[in-house]
Amino acid sequence: MRTSRRARAGQYAALLAYLVFLAFPFLWLVSTAFKPARELASLHPTWLPQDPTLDNFRQAFDEQPLLRAAFNSLVAALGAAVIAVLIATPMAYVIARHRTRLAKAATGWVVVSQAFPFVLVIIPLFLVLKNLRLINSVGGLVMVYVVWALPFALWMLVGYVRAVPAEMEEAAAVDGAGKVRTLVSITAPLLAPGIVATALFAFISAWNEFFFALVLLKTPEKQTLPVVLTHFLGAEGVADLGPLAAAAFLATIPSLVVFALIQKRITGGMLAGAVKS
Amino acid sequence: MTLVTARKRSTKPSPRAGGPGRPVDHGAWFLVLPALIPILVLSVGPLLYGIALAFTDAQAGRTDPTRWIGTLNFQDLLHDTLFWESFRIGLVWAVGVTVPQFVLALGLALLLNEELRLRWLARALAIIPWAMPEVVVGIMWRLVYNPDAGILNETIRDLGLGDGRDWLSGLATALPAVIVVGIWAGMPQTTVALLAGLQNTPRELHEAAAMDGAGAWRRFRTVTWPALKPVALAITALNFIWNFNSFALVYVLTQGGPGGRTRLPMLFAYEEAFRYGQFGYAAAMGCVMVAVISVILAVHLAGRLRGGEDA
Repeated sequence: MRTSRRARAGQYAALLAYLVFLAFPFLWLVSTAFKPARELASLHPTWLPQDPTLDNFRQAFDEQPLLRAAFNSLVAALGAAVIAVLIATPMAYVIARHRTRLAKAATGWVVVSQAFPFVLVIIPLFLVLKNLRLINSVGGLVMVYVVWALPFALWMLVGYVRAVPAEMEEAAAVDGAGKVRTLVSITAPLLAPGIVATALFAFISAWNEFFFALVLLKTPEKQTLPVVLTHFLGAEGVADLGPLAAAAFLATIPSLVVFALIQKRITGGMLAGAVKS
Repeated sequence: MTLVTARKRSTKPSPRAGGPGRPVDHGAWFLVLPALIPILVLSVGPLLYGIALAFTDAQAGRTDPTRWIGTLNFQDLLHDTLFWESFRIGLVWAVGVTVPQFVLALGLALLLNEELRLRWLARALAIIPWAMPEVVVGIMWRLVYNPDAGILNETIRDLGLGDGRDWLSGLATALPAVIVVGIWAGMPQTTVALLAGLQNTPRELHEAAAMDGAGAWRRFRTVTWPALKPVALAITALNFIWNFNSFALVYVLTQGGPGGRTRLPMLFAYEEAFRYGQFGYAAAMGCVMVAVISVILAVHLAGRLRGGEDA
């Protein structure tokens, strides 16, 4: 299809506008993180730090238990991702290969779980976890995260299983391979990249999650990174801008790295489930 | 893709691998249980428990037993003007984010679908808001909106448009300011979904239409949009629900202030439950939120789908 030169120029101008809109807040965050206190107090802020410094990062670690919080986040996110994928993969396999009432019920649950306000689930969970003495425990949070990650993990995994042709399994069966051997030697290798992508997506979602962590974790030494970040905001929202920006920037790096790695697979997997059903 | 393989499978039913319609055998149940049990115990169960709580006077730190009080919470809610105000704000916020975001994301998806240079960079950058924790997105925009040290007011001053203002604290500007953040934060998901929809539309149709002399707008209306419509409906409906139920972004940006102008229903319910300990009342709020949103969406989807058949 030919596009006129003027239309092309218009397209590039529009693309540039989008890039500016999408990138500028992030650039501002990074710039603020590296500015010395003197520049942050200036009434005429500049785009780039004139005199870049790491002071804000040092101060951020002094003010809040960031390492501890990052460790808690890591445990919660890793636990949730591993458990969710371990238990979701077999179920996703059954749903993808057998079109039954179970598959319908699971799909219904996935859809419904997207629509409910979390407050309706967290109040009873809070009461239950309190009775089990699992409030203010990262273990309790992992339980909640596993169940919270299950709908989209199932959704993605069903898409990945459907992408593995059933004919390949049939061929293996014809060759005399048993069910388990077929799964292990034929299906699993083909499914592995999808499983890894799903686990990483669950990891990022849990790493970024805020609401459940805010409700369930009470003391600073148990809290995850997003909750600890809000402590920088202070009671009345009067924030120490430099350390706030530095800590926020650090908290984003793992997500950005993992997301860059799996970006293509997630969008493919999520949409295979969401759009084609 | 899916359709093709599904059809193939149904014409050649297999005894071992299990085609569509094959009942779940005992081995399959064994595979399903590890996920099914947590789903029932930690998701379906609490949901039903939560709905039940809405009909009780459950409170935090209560020593005497919780009582069943029928629809009393709902009757109270009916007269709770603060709740309905937050409900109204929630609707304004959800529509205010979902609609402009859809238009912007559609534009970006159409651009990214073209053979443009720098497309890879645009795709990479467009992912940033998706990867960021909502708390960080909120913090970042507070830095942008900061009345003295923020880049927004500085740009306004540089352009000679005045001194700027304290966007997040102004009674009139707070809600629009958080809506802009909501639009920004959800752009990638919407763009990616629409882009995938665009890539499913057959290129040949476009080319045929172009050969017939159809202009860009006409091609969009007659070829692109009909193919995109199912994706567009699904993504706007989901976005609407997610936005209506959102919490973290606005919690970090304004805590619901100034004067409750940005107090979304979830913020209201959160305060009611975990600041004032009114578990039963907050659960009733959750029920009302689900009920009203379901009705709005059912009407929206029914209307749109019927409109699609007429066209």
